[in-house]
Amino acid sequence: MAQNMTADAAHAHDEHHESPVVFGFWLYLMTDCIIFGTLFAVFAVLRDQFAGGPTGHEVFELSGVGIETAILLFSSITYGFGMIAAHENKVSTMRTWLGVTFLLGLGFLFMEIREFSHMIAEGNGPDRSAFLSSFFTLVGTHGLHVTCGLLWMAVLLFQTAGKTELNERMIGKLTCLSLFWHFLDIVWICVFTFVYLMSVI
Amino acid sequence: MFGKLTLSAIPYDVPILVGTFIGAAIAGLAVVGLITYYGKWGYLWREWLTSVDHKRIGVMYIVVALVALFRGFADAIMMRSQLALAYAGNPGYLPPHHYDQIFSAHGTIMIFFMAMAFMQGLMNIVVPLQIGARDVAFPFVNTLSFWMTTISFLLVNVSLFIGEFSQCGWLAYPPLSEQQFSPGVGVDYYIWAVQLSGVGTLLTGVNFFATIVKMRAPGMTYMRMPVFTWTIFCTTVLIMVAFPILTVAMGLLGLDRYLGMHFFTNDGGGNQMLYLSVIWGWGHPEVYILVLPAFGAFSEITQTFSRKPLFGYKTMVYATASIMVLSLVVWVHHFFTMGAGPNVNAFFGIMTMIIAVPTGVKIFNWLFTMYKGRIEFHATMYWVIGFMITFSIGGMTGVMLAIPASDFVLHNSLFVIAHFHNVIIGGVYFGYVAAMNFWFPKAFGFKLNEAWGKRAFWLWFVGFYFAFVPLYVLGFEGMTRRMNHYDNPEWHPWLLLAEVGAVMIACGIVCQLTQLYVSIRDRNLAENRDLTGDPWNARTLEWSTSSPPPFYNFAILPEVHELDAFAHDKEAGIDTRQAGGNYQPIHMPKNTACGFLIGAFSFVLGFGAIWYIWWLAAVGLIGVIATVIARSSDNDVDYYVPVSEVVRIEQEHTHNLMAAQAAE
Repeated sequence: MAQNMTADAAHAHDEHHESPVVFGFWLYLMTDCIIFGTLFAVFAVLRDQFAGGPTGHEVFELSGVGIETAILLFSSITYGFGMIAAHENKVSTMRTWLGVTFLLGLGFLFMEIREFSHMIAEGNGPDRSAFLSSFFTLVGTHGLHVTCGLLWMAVLLFQTAGKTELNERMIGKLTCLSLFWHFLDIVWICVFTFVYLMSVI
Repeated sequence: MFGKLTLSAIPYDVPILVGTFIGAAIAGLAVVGLITYYGKWGYLWREWLTSVDHKRIGVMYIVVALVALFRGFADAIMMRSQLALAYAGNPGYLPPHHYDQIFSAHGTIMIFFMAMAFMQGLMNIVVPLQIGARDVAFPFVNTLSFWMTTISFLLVNVSLFIGEFSQCGWLAYPPLSEQQFSPGVGVDYYIWAVQLSGVGTLLTGVNFFATIVKMRAPGMTYMRMPVFTWTIFCTTVLIMVAFPILTVAMGLLGLDRYLGMHFFTNDGGGNQMLYLSVIWGWGHPEVYILVLPAFGAFSEITQTFSRKPLFGYKTMVYATASIMVLSLVVWVHHFFTMGAGPNVNAFFGIMTMIIAVPTGVKIFNWLFTMYKGRIEFHATMYWVIGFMITFSIGGMTGVMLAIPASDFVLHNSLFVIAHFHNVIIGGVYFGYVAAMNFWFPKAFGFKLNEAWGKRAFWLWFVGFYFAFVPLYVLGFEGMTRRMNHYDNPEWHPWLLLAEVGAVMIACGIVCQLTQLYVSIRDRNLAENRDLTGDPWNARTLEWSTSSPPPFYNFAILPEVHELDAFAHDKEAGIDTRQAGGNYQPIHMPKNTACGFLIGAFSFVLGFGAIWYIWWLAAVGLIGVIATVIARSSDNDVDYYVPVSEVVRIEQEHTHNLMAAQAAE
């Protein structure tokens, strides 16, 4: 601990460049954005290739998806509260909000897995048609990102356990995860609109 | 237990592969034996394999690139020999099953593991020095990138001896690459190798973009950045835009194969042309990712050996940036014959031709830089001039292919092969070799032998024309690419001529190896040593520090007052090093084995997934995640170099500088 503090103190007056971590993470997020953009384009091309299988209208249940959306959007707010606490160096408040966010994320993931397994059990899995392949891949990629976000959140909760204050590096990590989490929210809004709503209309 | 992997996957009945294996095993054992004999394992591990020093990572990248060059070239000369033989009833010595793997491996290796690795090596060695920085923005990510590229290359080579490689060409077009038509593991090797190396390249892109934006020396505005750094800057933008698209393309093909999805299959509503569109959405920017850094290197070399500042610095920057933008809107010219309609084809044809304009601007800039310059015909300049001639021809045949009407005739013929080798060998490869000759003394402290460099150049240059001009002719005569044997008597003499060219290029590679050997042998001769750090009287900041640079690059960060900062300082009599100035402790990253470990676990993951050995793949994946978490929890990642150490290293260099001046 003492060693950490000396290193931090040294960081403070040494560097002419601010830490590039958050900037670098922004760049990474933009590349991730292109992954999602390409998957959306693929979905747009294949959305009406049902190959005799079901259409979106037949397999999507909007009420469940609406609850998922609400949960995920709400988890962005709770993460935001966590970041406010982090900037005020209130470690235990921050950890509480992160815990709430974690549970909400887990709830979202649970509902998504339930939806997927439902569809697969009814014979409407990703190997049924090109439409369902692109649907499962796009939504599944988002779900995979949420899973990674939860794993990351768990690691940060573990790393901040028993800490009374947050060093610069930890604030950086929390900020990056916050960007990641909000980014997934924005992607989900597009998924909800372009995949679910537009297939049902 | 072992998935698809059985003893029959080992091709012990194919003499060529057994011979290759014995050769590779002997070479491998010799290297291992030598390292053990000299007791260098610890040194290798501590100073190189776990290093986060961008200069060492750059050197390792180029070593990988050279190994890939040998592997890729061995494939090339086997193909040329097959076609020289397999005529009029003679089946040649390579059955189609084997031949198809060879041309697929040749393309994959040359682009992903020769050119990309070479390019990343050059940017690693040069960019931080050129912008006056002590390291890259994310040193740990840098070693991770290197290892992802390296283990992917290893994966491709493992496919030689365990199983098979893809037989679907270097871009694995579906539906041929689907499970239905390629049920073996070849395409899976391809997918995993490309996917894992893509992760490394993407991280390099992010890393160097952040480095250039955030870590330039005080006073270095964007319009004072050296041209090489500018081209790398544009290349990193293209990497960040294009490589995610490749990730998606490989991912979707993999999902088709592993989970029976229907993105690109014949049935189930799949669409093969979607794959073409996505893969070329990456593939076209990729060629500019490769060639822009070569343009940057040519700019630095031309101005240095013409003893003049670069003609039209600003137009060079704007030309680079406009090529960067245009490269993103031309991908459809790779499949005009898809039949997207005259309007779509016309748009992409015209955009493609427009790229010739900024490229032409660059050629004229280099010519005007040489005009009335005091040109020194150093071996490095040979490659530059060879490039300007060869690349201009390749550019013109490119404009021919950009005309949709003529593309319908030439599509999929050897004309296309001749064209892209014309620009990739003439542009990319000549550029990287020139860059290697130019920056070698900076990395190692001694120069490369010039006589052998010139011999290598002439063999490559003449050999190139012998090998590829016949392919233009053959394209016009209707010979399609990827053909295993043929009956047309008119083609045979041209293919013999091409074989002669390939042999000349082989001699060129031998000369390059000899050049390395002779240079290392004679490294201590006075005329080869680079004591000053500025052997060419060059213009940019990397030459203001010693050769090889200290691990912290600059004891005191240089101040930039003008474009070509070092040339300006030399003229104004300013000591860029500020030797004997006010030294401070220097903050540096610690070496780490995490990059190596993540790479090793990724290899296990890939190998397990290729052979459907799921427990092994799970071990790899868990290993990757555990290493990332361990790294994230490690707070002991950096340290300070004490002033006494800095003073000692700097005084040694000052001493060398004075000795060199006295010798003059």
